[in-house]
Amino acid sequence: MDKFTTLSGIAAPLRMINVDTDVILPKQYLKVITRHGLGQYAFEEIRYHEDGTPKEDFILNKPPYDKAEILITGENFGSGSSREHAPWAILDLGIKCIIAPSFADIFYNNSFKNGMLLIELPLDQIDALMNEAEENPEAPLNIDLENQTITRGNQINFDFDIDAHKKHCLLNGLDDIGLTLEKKAHITDYETNDKTKRSWLYKS
Amino acid sequence: MPNDTSQNPRTLYQKVWDDHVIHTDDNGTSLIYIDRHLVHEVTSPQAFEGLRLANRPVHSPKATLAVCDHNVPTTDRANGITEPESRLQVETLYKNCEEFGIDLFDMNDKRQGIVHIIGPEQGFSQPGMTIVCGDSHTSTHGAFGALAFGIGTSEVEHVLATQTLIQKQSKSMRVTVNGDLSEGVTAKDIILSIIGQIGTAGGTGHVIEYAGDTIRALSMEGRMTMCNMSIEAGARAGMIAPDDTTIQYIKGRPMAPKGTEWDKAIAYWKTLQTDDGATYDTEVILDAKDIAPTVSWGTTPEDILPITGNVPAPSDFDDPKKQQSVARMLDYMDLKAGTKLTDIKLDKIFIGSCTNGRIEDLRSVAAVVKGKKIAENIKLAMVVPGSGLVKQMAEDEGIADILIAAGFEWREPGCSMCLAMNADKLLAGERCASTSNRNFEGRQGRGGRTHLMSPAMAAAAAITGHLTDIREFNA
Repeated sequence: MDKFTTLSGIAAPLRMINVDTDVILPKQYLKVITRHGLGQYAFEEIRYHEDGTPKEDFILNKPPYDKAEILITGENFGSGSSREHAPWAILDLGIKCIIAPSFADIFYNNSFKNGMLLIELPLDQIDALMNEAEENPEAPLNIDLENQTITRGNQINFDFDIDAHKKHCLLNGLDDIGLTLEKKAHITDYETNDKTKRSWLYKS
Repeated sequence: MPNDTSQNPRTLYQKVWDDHVIHTDDNGTSLIYIDRHLVHEVTSPQAFEGLRLANRPVHSPKATLAVCDHNVPTTDRANGITEPESRLQVETLYKNCEEFGIDLFDMNDKRQGIVHIIGPEQGFSQPGMTIVCGDSHTSTHGAFGALAFGIGTSEVEHVLATQTLIQKQSKSMRVTVNGDLSEGVTAKDIILSIIGQIGTAGGTGHVIEYAGDTIRALSMEGRMTMCNMSIEAGARAGMIAPDDTTIQYIKGRPMAPKGTEWDKAIAYWKTLQTDDGATYDTEVILDAKDIAPTVSWGTTPEDILPITGNVPAPSDFDDPKKQQSVARMLDYMDLKAGTKLTDIKLDKIFIGSCTNGRIEDLRSVAAVVKGKKIAENIKLAMVVPGSGLVKQMAEDEGIADILIAAGFEWREPGCSMCLAMNADKLLAGERCASTSNRNFEGRQGRGGRTHLMSPAMAAAAAITGHLTDIREFNA
């Protein structure tokens, strides 16, 4: 997995709440057997007309937001299904960081597994970031994971919270499975004890 | 460690959590053991590919059960799957299961069905287990007092490789429902009402335990309907403590414990009750008598109303963001504020899904439509049983004949038009009464409009051609 340390890029304000996984990636694109190439379908129903032409008012179709690496959006982003295709599609668009007041749990976890940074901020700070992104679209927003800060010139200087384990994995580009396999002895101990305690689970 | 009575009083969730912690880091992140893993064709191919690339085996193949459900056709399967991408995904699952030694119910197996229907049906899902699947409706299995939740594909790979997951403990919420349900009110109406009350993010970060005498009186089917939609309330898991109803349901199923192991299992399951005095981070209380037959009008599952209501206006809400969202929903749903819900005309009816595709659901539909015909304006009314065994049971009981005589199409089992990955979908502008779980924009087909409700309400709507109060229908 790629490391995530700092990011400086264009931030796109997507002023919607409850953006669900069917909006992020419609189900007809879940039929793939690889992780790549889904960006072209991301947000399809709000991004394109039925004939495939882009909707001009959709934020990620408008320059310079079409080159955004950061998405700022409303509450409960990513609600709905467990499809990891949703963060795969957003990442494939080139967006590596999403900032919102809240995220759905599974989407949140899935994103970090792919090296993306999701940041939760209070509503007033989200509003400030959205306004800034609209007023000065070209100015980059700077994310520093090590120091847990979001800055832009003199206008924006916010701190953010992040789970220590997730931060560690992102900063070092660590693969969870590799980390867990280092604890193999603990897993074996657990199974040995459990085979006595809940023996019926191991009989069928 | 296990159920140590000297500890502080613990919730059901805490007990199941404690019994699965392998190791906890200083930062509070735990490695937890996963007892059972369900796999389907859509969220697993990249996980198996990851194992192959890293040359990793599956840790416990026998703890995993695979089935194809999302992509399978619900019409005649004699010629296989015609759609090439769907076929490739299903065939990829078959190959992966063979390569890694995982048991599979293929498309033509009598036991095939929706992953969350077949787990309970086979006795694979049991109290006190941790159960995961690359599907958000894994919360269904919490009806047995299991800790069951949906995971993404990276976590599917993690479970296959290690039989564990890295997790932080969730907050706890108890939703208590007491009292007798009114006539025509079902488990579906209870859970829709709960989501309407707490919102689609109300349960975020929580595991919900459903308690109270109303919940105790529900069948396992009803409990599964409730736990299934915990995710629509934002909670990854819903749980109901096991009782005699649970034990009777599991007894004798193919994968249930047998002989002395059965007795040992029951003794353990009976300890899985929330202790007196245990506390929750959040408590929600509902009175059963306040719950009416309920339908959704908008495009999130919190946008619900009693069937006696009228379509709301943006100005009925205080939050400006919600007002904006309501305006968008009314536009998408092509509804005018103030319209009586019972005046909303329908085009299609969908009975099925992991929420309401079990035998009890089909029985309730048959009871409503027996001897009647679907309305002329209904272009398609389809019943998709949750599994091959549910289908067989319904045919043996004469339910299929009743439904077919009423004008319903009787299909093969699968996820079907709940998410419209196969050929079953709404066309743009079509309006559907659906027993499924999500009414998102485009969920049942691009431009399609979904109204969520109970099987009995969807059945009544099929006969009248519009949203209908089941109580008036029965009167």
